Amino acid sequence: MQGEGGSFMITLSKDLIQITREQDVVTLRNRVKELAVKIGMSLLGQTKLITAASELVRNMLRYAGGGTVTLEVVLGDKVTGVRLTFADEGPGIADIGLAMQDGYTTGKSLGLGLPGAKRLVNEFSITSEVGKGTTVTVIRWKNGL
Amino acid sequence: MDRIPILKMGSFLLVTIQVDLYDRLALNLETDLIRMVSETNTRGVLIDISAVGLVDSFMGRILNNIATISRIVDAQTVVVGMQPAVAITLVELGLTLAGVHTALNVEKGMELLHKRLGSDAGGGGQLYDNSE
Ligand SMILES: Nc1ncnc2c1ncn2[C@@H]1O[C@H](COP(=O)(O)OP(=O)(O)O)[C@@H](O)[C@H]1O
Ligand SMILES: [Mg+2]
Repeated sequence: MQGEGGSFMITLSKDLIQITREQDVVTLRNRVKELAVKIGMSLLGQTKLITAASELVRNMLRYAGGGTVTLEVVLGDKVTGVRLTFADEGPGIADIGLAMQDGYTTGKSLGLGLPGAKRLVNEFSITSEVGKGTTVTVIRWKNGL
Repeated sequence: MDRIPILKMGSFLLVTIQVDLYDRLALNLETDLIRMVSETNTRGVLIDISAVGLVDSFMGRILNNIATISRIVDAQTVVVGMQPAVAITLVELGLTLAGVHTALNVEKGMELLHKRLGSDAGGGGQLYDNSE
């Protein structure tokens, strides 16, 4: 299996969480924390990953009315990591470049969720199609900076 | 109702957050604090987040709102005990707590408030009942 940049990556475990209501945010945070602890991620790494996950799941609920999060433990180049995929079938994002800018919001909030989440993880990718939905994938490696 | 108790000590309000906040709890705290700050003679608000493992932009915004309203009625807000990992993460997220002072623990936070406000503020503890 190919990962970002064509590097080798295999999935060691995989789990799905359906996100439909506010309480699911807390469930997701706890599951992400469990996985991060399980692979031995530092407290700082865990905190960054959980915070990024919290931003992305909040977006999914708020702008798309919910979706599915896939939680995986992956093995990359000799190191394990947690990969999270947030997939929704909401309205999509017309201009991703704009949405990725600090302070840009259509929700009267801080506009830090997407750009902030990107800074908090080691790998970040987003695809979106208007009328179809949005998918955001992030990875934090066990030893990531 | 889901509420975090607010302790009134003289002209200070003390809030200790013991759990990771979910949205409803955070919003209720914002409402309660803003109401108490505007209805009572409050000079300082201390929010102890030493047990909080995550502050995202939603909760950061609530802390900023509390500080903004407090400033309008001439009260100061101090967030105490923020875990180092949470503080570093907040910076990377891009969130600045505007107008929020920070201190290591409740005691240092009290000292900071006294220093900023003069010695007449603060006093004995009394539990304000904000449960409905
Ligand atoms: N899953 C999504 N579906 C549709 N639009 C989204 C989604 N996530 C983000 N957006 C759009 O991108 C903007 C920026 O998101 P974000 O950086 O999290 O800031 P905020 O949530 O504070 O607005 C949002 O205001 C919204 O317009
Ligand atoms: Mg957001």
